[in-house]
Amino acid sequence: MILRLVERTAVLLVSLAVSSVLVFAFLAVLPGDPARVALGVNASDDAVAELRNQFGLDRPLPTQYADWLTGLLHGDFGTSYISKAEIGPQISDRFQVTLWLVVVGMVIALLVAAPAGTVMAARHRKVSGLALSAVSQVGVAVPAFLAGILLIMLFAVKLGWLPANGWTPPAEDPGMFLRQLVLPALSLGLVQGAVLTRYVRSAVLDVLREDYLRTARAKGLRPFRALWRHGLRNAAVPVVTVLGLQLATLLIGAVVVERVFVIPGLGSLLLDGVSNRDLLVVQAVVMVLVVAVLVVNFLVDLLYVALDPRLRVSR
Amino acid sequence: MKSYFSPAVALFGSAALLAVAACSAGSGSSSGTGSPGADDSLAIGLVAEPASLDFTTTDGAAIPQALLGNVYNGLVKQDETGKIVPDLATSWKVSADRKTYSFTLVGNAKFTNGQAFTADDAVFSIDRVKTAWTTSLKSAMDVVQTAKAVSPTELQVTLAKPSNDWLFRMTTRIGAMFSKTGVDKLATAPVGTGPYKLGTWKRGDSIVLQRNDAYWGTKPHFGQVTLKYFKDPTALNNALLTGTINVIGTVQAPEALNQFTSNDKYQVIEGTTNGEVLLSFNNSRAPLSDLRVRQAVRAAIDHKALLDTCWAGRGKLIGSMVPPTDPWYEDLTSVAPYDLAKAKSLLQAAGATGKTLRLRLPTLPYATSCGQVVKSQLELAGLKVQIDQLEFPAAWLTAVLKNADYDLSIIAHVEPRDLGAVFNAKYYTRYDDPTLQADLAAADAGDEATQIAGMKKAARRLSEQAAGDWLFLIPNLMVADKDVKGLPQNAITESLDLSTLSR
Repeated sequence: MILRLVERTAVLLVSLAVSSVLVFAFLAVLPGDPARVALGVNASDDAVAELRNQFGLDRPLPTQYADWLTGLLHGDFGTSYISKAEIGPQISDRFQVTLWLVVVGMVIALLVAAPAGTVMAARHRKVSGLALSAVSQVGVAVPAFLAGILLIMLFAVKLGWLPANGWTPPAEDPGMFLRQLVLPALSLGLVQGAVLTRYVRSAVLDVLREDYLRTARAKGLRPFRALWRHGLRNAAVPVVTVLGLQLATLLIGAVVVERVFVIPGLGSLLLDGVSNRDLLVVQAVVMVLVVAVLVVNFLVDLLYVALDPRLRVSR
Repeated sequence: MKSYFSPAVALFGSAALLAVAACSAGSGSSSGTGSPGADDSLAIGLVAEPASLDFTTTDGAAIPQALLGNVYNGLVKQDETGKIVPDLATSWKVSADRKTYSFTLVGNAKFTNGQAFTADDAVFSIDRVKTAWTTSLKSAMDVVQTAKAVSPTELQVTLAKPSNDWLFRMTTRIGAMFSKTGVDKLATAPVGTGPYKLGTWKRGDSIVLQRNDAYWGTKPHFGQVTLKYFKDPTALNNALLTGTINVIGTVQAPEALNQFTSNDKYQVIEGTTNGEVLLSFNNSRAPLSDLRVRQAVRAAIDHKALLDTCWAGRGKLIGSMVPPTDPWYEDLTSVAPYDLAKAKSLLQAAGATGKTLRLRLPTLPYATSCGQVVKSQLELAGLKVQIDQLEFPAAWLTAVLKNADYDLSIIAHVEPRDLGAVFNAKYYTRYDDPTLQADLAAADAGDEATQIAGMKKAARRLSEQAAGDWLFLIPNLMVADKDVKGLPQNAITESLDLSTLSR
């Protein structure tokens, strides 16, 4: 167990180091000059050069990288070239917004996938199972932004039940917060749920074929009872792994959904950053997303061990 | 067999969430539906959010749109017909040699930091353009030799040479009046004398402006105006349809206007802007360095059909670089009428038939959709066109604007009175024409009549020399709740003046 923890931690640290280099390098070669974007269409080359100097963009790349990394390690994301605002507070504001979306989206996805996938597996030869299977197939094919647009058309524009866009922090107005959260979280959660359903289905199917389940049923337990008592915990192992991997997809989905619903989360910060060539902001957002995904996968790895005692044995 | 799970369970989660939402549907009404009267508020949906609030160091139309005329006043401003009218200066006199301007200033204006506005602040603001501004617009202030305060309400500005353009530029952002003690945090905390002051700025979402109760002029109707920013035209339309906003400040997808014109809850406003959509030519490079090829391109384009196809027929055909609200406007569409046969023969004569032109388009809706039409029309005339999409702004600015690495491009030039700025040898059009420059200089130095005659001549020359092709003028398209009054017909200034709005 401890060996595994050490091993996983080492992998996490190396991944973080490599991704920081990659993020920095990719943005450094991105065409387009932040200083020119800031100064606009008629700027003279002299003015652009002066601003590049002010931004520190004319220093050698390794120096820029070292400064950036030193800042990051001290929790300092730097100050935006364009808005002249501290990046750290912006990131934490925006991250909370995206976190709500992702967490609620994930909860919806689980609420959809766990029962639907189990039913699909348990009844995989019956009409109800096949019907659910077909529905989930459609869900897999629909991208989250399209789901969002459809939900807006129905629930906001046509029925007028919910707002079409916007974001209110929960502390400011909890009612409004919930109303504005429903549609974006649903568009993420339903699509994600459909994907997850397929994994739950195959995990449960695998478990159903296991000997211990046959034994349980031979003892007289009804199929669902047997599954409930003996199978689901085992089926959860592969699903939890997938959940971790899916988090990355969910984060990307959130970035797109934020645009459809005009939500000021990390996604809009990232898009604005890219179009303004506000490199420090882009680097910061991408790094935060990378860290989030890596850390979650790290935790999933540990959880995996907790769920499956067989993995606790040192190899 | 009894089942613990049913398909219904699967939908429980979503149903529960919807129920929560439906229960609270009655509470928490959206902004803008408050009771009418003194504390009424308004929400306006706009497209581009400012990256910073400091237009002295960051370019872009979004900052002056929000702040100029609202948070900041100038000495002078432009009215809706294009005339220069008083703002913080109640009147002004121009000396006989047209070099000295004497302004009389209002005596009761105050900055939101509590300081009174005096001629000293005006001198400070004018000088500061030269010393502290970094955006290219500051060059319009180069012509100022000295600015001095004669008394707290009298300002004298002396120019190095006569320039009509200078007073006009004072109506734009470079004429904004700043407080000597209020320029430390322009990017986040602007200080001005305007009818509104900055309330909150939720980055990525909205800017809230609060009425400035100490405003020296007529107080505006709305106590609070929210400028809400949308990247996506559909989201913007939905926001109006669902009551989140009351006004769409700039319609981004004219083909979607039908849903509003056919609904009597809304009013649609259509007027003009300063945004000439230019099919720009790289005049310095073959084959477009040849006048015949340029004229062929202009003759090959059926502008009416193009406008109908790519911008839903909304917009105005102008034929040169002058919008209808400038005093020297003339309809010059007849200089280069659609004539496919003529285009073909001109290309033949120039030996350019079959040549490939690179049309490098910024990723902007009108450029992308009109670019396809331009391509197919030019190919009918016998040219080949290779379309290249460049991400806007960053990639387009570097490739086309800075390096002039293109043959054709499409971009709306939205700066007011920008004929001279766009068509010169140093700019990306690479249009080197000493005659034009001489005409422009003479127009700038003369009196009003000379200026109008000179500018007309310059505009006609540009059109005849086919320095570019003017596809159309971007329309001012706004949609608003029926009861919102005071919206401008024409959007010809950099500012979105909120002080005239009411309900």
